[in-house]
Amino acid sequence: MIIDAAGRDHRSLNEEIRKGDSDITINGCLGQRFIASGMDNVRILINGTPGNALGAYLDGADILVRGNAQDAAGDTMNEGRIVIYGNVGDAAGYAMRGGEIYIRGDAGYRAGIHMKAYSGKLPVMVVGGSCGSFLGEYQAGGMIIVLGLDKERPVVGNFCGTGMHGGRIYLRGDIEGLKLPKQVSCKKAGSDEMEVIEKYLVEFSQLFDVPYEKIADKEFHVLTPDTHNPYKQLYVQN
Amino acid sequence: MPVDFMYPEYEIARNDSRCIRCRVCERQCANEVHSYEESGNFMLSDESKCVNCHRCVSLCPTRALKIVKSDHCFKENANWNQAAIKEIYKQSGSGGVLLSSMGNPERYPVYWDKMLINASQVTNPSIDPLREPMETKVFLGKKPERIERGPDGSLRNNLTPQLELAMPVMFSAMSYGSISYNAHESLARASRELGIFYNTGEGGLHEDFYQYGENTIVQVASGRFGVHREYLEAGAAIEIKMGQGAKPGIGGHLPGEKIVGDISKTRMIPEGSDAISPAPHHDIYSIEDLRQLVFSLKEATQYKKPVIVKVAAVHNIAAIASGIARSGADIIAIDGFRGGTGAAPTRIRDNVGIPIELALASVDARLRDEGIRNNVSLVAGGSIRNSADVVKAIALGADAVYIATGALLALGCHLCRSCQSGKCNWGIATQRPELVKRLNPDMGFRRLVNLLTAWNHEIKELMGGMGINSIEALKGNRLMLRGTGLNENELGILGISHAGE
Ligand code: SF4
Ligand code: SF4
Repeated sequence: MIIDAAGRDHRSLNEEIRKGDSDITINGCLGQRFIASGMDNVRILINGTPGNALGAYLDGADILVRGNAQDAAGDTMNEGRIVIYGNVGDAAGYAMRGGEIYIRGDAGYRAGIHMKAYSGKLPVMVVGGSCGSFLGEYQAGGMIIVLGLDKERPVVGNFCGTGMHGGRIYLRGDIEGLKLPKQVSCKKAGSDEMEVIEKYLVEFSQLFDVPYEKIADKEFHVLTPDTHNPYKQLYVQN
Repeated sequence: MPVDFMYPEYEIARNDSRCIRCRVCERQCANEVHSYEESGNFMLSDESKCVNCHRCVSLCPTRALKIVKSDHCFKENANWNQAAIKEIYKQSGSGGVLLSSMGNPERYPVYWDKMLINASQVTNPSIDPLREPMETKVFLGKKPERIERGPDGSLRNNLTPQLELAMPVMFSAMSYGSISYNAHESLARASRELGIFYNTGEGGLHEDFYQYGENTIVQVASGRFGVHREYLEAGAAIEIKMGQGAKPGIGGHLPGEKIVGDISKTRMIPEGSDAISPAPHHDIYSIEDLRQLVFSLKEATQYKKPVIVKVAAVHNIAAIASGIARSGADIIAIDGFRGGTGAAPTRIRDNVGIPIELALASVDARLRDEGIRNNVSLVAGGSIRNSADVVKAIALGADAVYIATGALLALGCHLCRSCQSGKCNWGIATQRPELVKRLNPDMGFRRLVNLLTAWNHEIKELMGGMGINSIEALKGNRLMLRGTGLNENELGILGISHAGE
C-alpha cells in the first residue's frame, strides 16, 4: 500500500498503517511523529522526513527511512529494525531493549541512552557517521557501534558512557583525547570482540552499499563498564 | 570493632517470668536481634540491630516482649538533637549519603489537621446515607468543553477515555521490587474487588498480574523498566512518572542485589544489574517534550487509555501543572512531600518539596483561573491518612486521591522506616522468600478491602452531614472547609476562611 502523507497528521497516518497491509510505502513524509508506534509485523518504507519518536515501543516492525529522522527514534524499542539513510536527531534508541537501528549518517546527543539487554534480547545501534555528546549514558546492555566513516572530527562528543553499567560501545578509528568516566574502560577490540559485531557491520555495508573493506580498514576500540553497580558505595543506612 | 558512637535507640524489654524460651522471636526477626543461649537457657538480645518493627512483639505467644525507647540520651540540646548528632557520626564513619525510607517524618505542619469540615444545621438538611443514595463514584480524565450533537440532534460521544472509580481513592505507585509479590497481589485483588486501581510503579508488571489489568495503572519512568507494548496495553491507564513527593528532583535506584529472579524478569534487566532511573527523562526538557511522550504512549495504545502525569509537589507546582494540563495528559497526579518511598536520601526526603494540601489548592485555583481545569483530573497523594483527609482533599479540588503508606499499614506495615534494608519483617518491603510469605495475600487483600469499604462509609457520612449526596458536588467546594490556627497567607493559598468566619 502506498500512503501519501501530505496533509495527514500522525493519528490518521498511523490509523492508515494499522489497516493491515504488511508492506507500506509512505511518500512525502514531513515531520509526522510517532510513526509505527508500538507496531509489529509490518514493513514500512518512508520517503521524506519522519518526525520525533519514530518507531517508539516498536515491537517487530521493519522501518526504512529514505531521508533523515528526528529525535527519539526507536524510543523504548523492543524488537524490529529501523534503517535510516540520513542522519538522526537526539536520543535515538532511548532505553531500547531489543531490535536494531542502522543510521548511515550522524546521530545527535544522547544516542543509546539507557539501552539495556535482557535475556534473549540484544539491542544494537550502528551509526555510520559520528555521535554527539552523552553517547550511551546509563547504558545497561546492548551494543552501540560508531563508525565515523569519512569523519575528520572525533567520532563521539563529550561525556560518553556516563553512568554506563552494562553493554558495550564500539568506536572505529582514532579516539585520541576521548575522556571517559572512571567506571568505563577502553581497549583495542580484539578478534573475539570484532567477531561479535561482524554480522552487524556486514549488514550495515549491505544496507548502505558501503564496501566492507572500507569499514574494516581502521581499528575499533571497545568500551565496557567495570561494574554493574556504579553507585554501590554511595549510601549509609539512616 | 572500632567505636562508632552509635547507641541503640530501643531496648528490648523481655519479661523473663513470661518467656517460655519458645524462640519465636529469634526466628521472626530478620535483623537477628534475638538469640538463645543454650548453656544458661535464656534469651539474649542485641538491641543495636532493632528497628522497632514489632514483629517479635506481635508473635510472642506469652506477650513477654515490648520494645521501649531507650532513655539513654545525649546531653539535651534543642539545636543538636539526637538525630542530628547521629547522622554526623554515620556520615563521618562511612562517607555515605544518608538513605532513609517512608515519608518525611519531620515536624512540618500537617494542614489536614488544621482544616475542619462543615455540616448542615436547620437549613439545607443533612442526608442520611443509610437511607438515601449517595454517589462516591468518580470518572478521571479530560472532560469535554461542550455538548456536541450530530445533524439529527442526537448526542455525539466526544468523551475521551476515562477511568471509572467506585470511590475516589486509588493505590499509588509502588514497584514490584520495592515491595513484594504478595503485597502486589493484595493490592491488585483489592482494586478489582473495590472497583478502583492500583499502580505498578516503575518496575514492570509481573506476568501473573496481567489478569488484573482492568484495575491496573502501568507506570513509565525514565529507566523504562519493563515497558513494552503488551505492558502498555495491559493497563487501564498509563502514568508517566516525572517525580515523586518523597524525593523530588532525583531518580530511583534499585541496587543490583535486589534484582533477582522475577524482579529481573519483570523489569526486563539482567540479574544483579542496578536498576537506575535517573531524575530526568532524558528526552523531556520542556512541556512540548512531555507532550511528545504523552502522545507517543497514546499512539502506541491507539488513544484507548488516559495518560496520567505524576509530579512531585514543588515550589512552582501551579505553573508546572498548568503546563501539564496543556500537554495532552488526561490526569495530573501530585505527590506531596510526606509521600512514602522505599528508599530516598534523607536530606532530600526531609527538606525538598511542599505539603500536598497547599500544592493541590494552588493547582486547582490556577487551572480554574486559566479556564483549563476540565482539561485534566487531579489526583492528590502524599500522605492521605484517613477518610477525612480524602474529603478535605476533594473539597480542595482533587478528583481522587492516591494512598500508599496507608495501604501498607493495612497490610501490616509498622512504619519502622527501614524498607531500604530489604529486611521487612512484615513481608512487604522485601524480596526474601521466607519473609515475603509472611504476608498472606488472602488476608492482605481482605484488609485493604475492609479499610476502603470503611472509608467509603465514612466519606458518605461526612458528605451526608454537609447535605451533599454526590462527590461531584463536593469537588473544589471550599466553602465546606474552615481553617484553624492558620495565618492569612495559608488561608489564602488554601482558599478557605478561618473557623468562625
Ligand atoms: S527488629 Fe522487629 S522483630 Fe527484631 S527485635 Fe526489633 S521489633 Fe523485634
Ligand atoms: S514496609 Fe516493612 S520495612 Fe517498610 S516501614 Fe513498613 S514494616 Fe518497616
